[in-house]
Amino acid sequence: MMEEILNFNRREFFRSSAILTTGLLVPFYSFGGKKFETAPDPSTLAPNSYLRIGTDGHVKVLLSRCELGQGIWTALPMLIAEELDADWRRVSAEHAPAAIEYYHTMYDTQRTGGSTSVVSEFDRYRKAGATARYLLVQAAAARYKTDMASCRTENGVVLVGGRKIAYGDLVQDAAKLTPPTDVPLKDPSAWKLIGKSTKRLDTPDKCNGKAIFGLDVRQPDALVAAVARNLIEGSKVKSYDREKALAIPGVKEVVPIPQGVAVLADNFWTARRGRDALNVQWDLGEYASLSSEGIWADYRSRADKGGIVAVEAGDVDKTLASAAKVVSVEYYQPFIAHAPMEPLNATVRLGSSKCEVWTGTQTQTDDQNAAAEITGLPKEQVFIHTVFLGGSFGRRNITRSDFVREAVEVAKASGKTVKTVWTREDDIQGGRYRPAFLHRFKVGLDKEGRPIAWKQVSVGQSVMTGGPFEKVAVINGVDQYSIEGMQQAVHVKALENKKIEVNTTVLPIGIDNWRAVGLSHTIFAMESLSDEMAHAAGKDPLDYRLMLYRDEPRLAGVLSLVKEKSGWGKTMPKGRGLGVAAFKGMGSFAALVADVTVNGKELKVHKFTCVVDCGIAVNPDGILAQVESSVGHGLSATLYSEVTLKDGKVLQHNFYDYKSLRIEEMPEVEIHIVPSREKPGGIGEAAVGQVMPAVTNAIYAATGKRIRSLPVYSNL
Amino acid sequence: MITLKVNGVSYGVDVPDEMPILWVLRDVLGLTGTKFGCAAAQCGACMVHLDGDGIRSCVTPVARAADREIVTIEGLNDAIGRSVQAAWEEVDVPQCGYCQSGQIMAATILLRENPAPTDDDINHAMSGNICRCGTYKRIRAAIHLAAKT
Ligand code: FES
Ligand code: FES
Repeated sequence: MMEEILNFNRREFFRSSAILTTGLLVPFYSFGGKKFETAPDPSTLAPNSYLRIGTDGHVKVLLSRCELGQGIWTALPMLIAEELDADWRRVSAEHAPAAIEYYHTMYDTQRTGGSTSVVSEFDRYRKAGATARYLLVQAAAARYKTDMASCRTENGVVLVGGRKIAYGDLVQDAAKLTPPTDVPLKDPSAWKLIGKSTKRLDTPDKCNGKAIFGLDVRQPDALVAAVARNLIEGSKVKSYDREKALAIPGVKEVVPIPQGVAVLADNFWTARRGRDALNVQWDLGEYASLSSEGIWADYRSRADKGGIVAVEAGDVDKTLASAAKVVSVEYYQPFIAHAPMEPLNATVRLGSSKCEVWTGTQTQTDDQNAAAEITGLPKEQVFIHTVFLGGSFGRRNITRSDFVREAVEVAKASGKTVKTVWTREDDIQGGRYRPAFLHRFKVGLDKEGRPIAWKQVSVGQSVMTGGPFEKVAVINGVDQYSIEGMQQAVHVKALENKKIEVNTTVLPIGIDNWRAVGLSHTIFAMESLSDEMAHAAGKDPLDYRLMLYRDEPRLAGVLSLVKEKSGWGKTMPKGRGLGVAAFKGMGSFAALVADVTVNGKELKVHKFTCVVDCGIAVNPDGILAQVESSVGHGLSATLYSEVTLKDGKVLQHNFYDYKSLRIEEMPEVEIHIVPSREKPGGIGEAAVGQVMPAVTNAIYAATGKRIRSLPVYSNL
Repeated sequence: MITLKVNGVSYGVDVPDEMPILWVLRDVLGLTGTKFGCAAAQCGACMVHLDGDGIRSCVTPVARAADREIVTIEGLNDAIGRSVQAAWEEVDVPQCGYCQSGQIMAATILLRENPAPTDDDINHAMSGNICRCGTYKRIRAAIHLAAKT
């Protein structure tokens, strides 16, 4: 068991529970004898569920994953186009419907998350393209009575002898052929598209107002709903003024639902006014006095008591007693909201035999299940139309489909087609936060400053409990995501004396995946700690890490390169400093150096130098964009993000008190991608967690002040 | 009944005077390119041009636009607006894309008033537009590029 836990790895881990494996092509629309919506237009070539080629030569790629900014609208089509030898100018993308053929290759569900979209589709989408190419070549060879080996393909045409036959002209012949069960893939040396920076296919529509996000969905029969709900799970509506809401012109209905009370109107502005007029009173039960202070006091006393042992080896107390030095520290990280730019919403039309949902979602299968559960309809009669997500950062990857569930309840209760829309305040106060965490450490160092004993207690809520991954992620009562990447860190893994305990708290505050999941708080703890260990040992923090991580060559590799590129070691003016953080996650490795100046309570982040090794870089410019985003979004969290509670209520409301980074605060970002032939790793979340400790380590270098609680501006 | 001119087309809308322009555009006229991000004048996602000035449509009552000319992202077709959109495409600015209508409307105003903005000018003009995806580096690059064209 110990070995198993030590070997915990997100990917291997989920693969064991998956029913579909990477590369297996599920034939279209016949899975399990059931017909899905994906039955193709008969005039197209549709050898599998992932692409369609029209007689005009246009290639449409159906996306099993959703586009939330991370760039799969471009990267997944690139995989197909590469093997198909498509004409890239004639390739487009669209979100696939919810159907079993689009289930994740590693998770048993249709879901976008864990930075796995390219990782998991790398083989399946390339094979999908190669299969179509095979059929087109076979059709061309048959037409010109030659063998397939004497045909070549490029840019959307088959070359036979001196002839060029456009793919579109071969579609009808090729559609009559039986797709091969297996096809060879190109040798990477033959790649023309993979590895080449490619413009995003969704950019033009995102610059002219045409891109449709969930909030832009307009069904002619839909009313708009604003829902009064409460953060505290289990809270009950005591009273509300229905008549006052109905008295507002344009308000059509007021309906109670399990989540609270919904007001329906012609437009959102009116619905919101109606909701405000309701003046809902809530009974928070035993949580009426819940406060952040009380939560932290409880967390500290839990840390004193310890928790369930996740890992134990040797005699940690004895080794600590004999250590040359002991680093004894604790790190606090608050609840944080995702605050995607597009407020949450979902449009639902519920009929007697089917339910349609339009929304930006990462969890189509869970949404189907939720709607089926509420309506009593079979899951296959729930149709999820995925549209662009106006950001998510995990907010639309929710274990229990909260915002879809709520919209279906409103449709059911009102008997109307509805679009529910959340306000920004609803979003900031609506929970599903990154959980607050306390990580407490005692690390013993030997005379050379090397760690010899590691004692840790981590306290916080479990993200995975109650969700679809509970069975695989919660081992002997320990949610592995509460300590994600900690026991697997190379310098912890190697220790002979260690004890890591996890005390899992239960609070009535919904928590869930936030960009990088567990790594969104564990890296701050781990990489602050490595810095403190280095200083305790009297060593340069970057060189110390090179020593500590030497048996993780790709991590040491990104660190060495960031040392060179960031000008590490140069003399800095007073008040200015560099801080480093390096970690592996999502199958990738990232080292970041922050360059900051501190002047009293003011902080200026000048620059981030980032080195990432994410294996094969499918779309290098897309990778740069994700690392830029990791810095921008991660820096918001580092400097500002914090949800605090008093008397059972969230104290933040909107961007004026839940602040976000603005353009003048965006540092310069220099990024280096390590050339690699390793299999692709994730990149959307692989460099987020490092931003926080890189900044606080730089603040320490600049001022000698160690920040052990986030966000920075509440603690500087 | 209020008469509005949006992207060159006149509309008569029967809504309360205090209804924000944002919701008239989105929920009444069906012009969804203009986005709702905060409804509190904090994020700039809702920016449109009213007689050539950049305004936050989420807090501007529709009565203020009576008999005046609104331009939204869907109707942005002057030379500067087009050069901004082209630069946005060239630099591949958007990620989720949700904030970008507002960013482009704000950048267009900036370049109309200041054809060669410095980094500080950009900070000043664009500070009201939040991008949660953190595309600021590319927004800056795209504005400089548009200024050159
Ligand atoms: S929606 Fe108007 S400023 Fe945010
Ligand atoms: S691109 Fe997503 S908020 Fe700006």
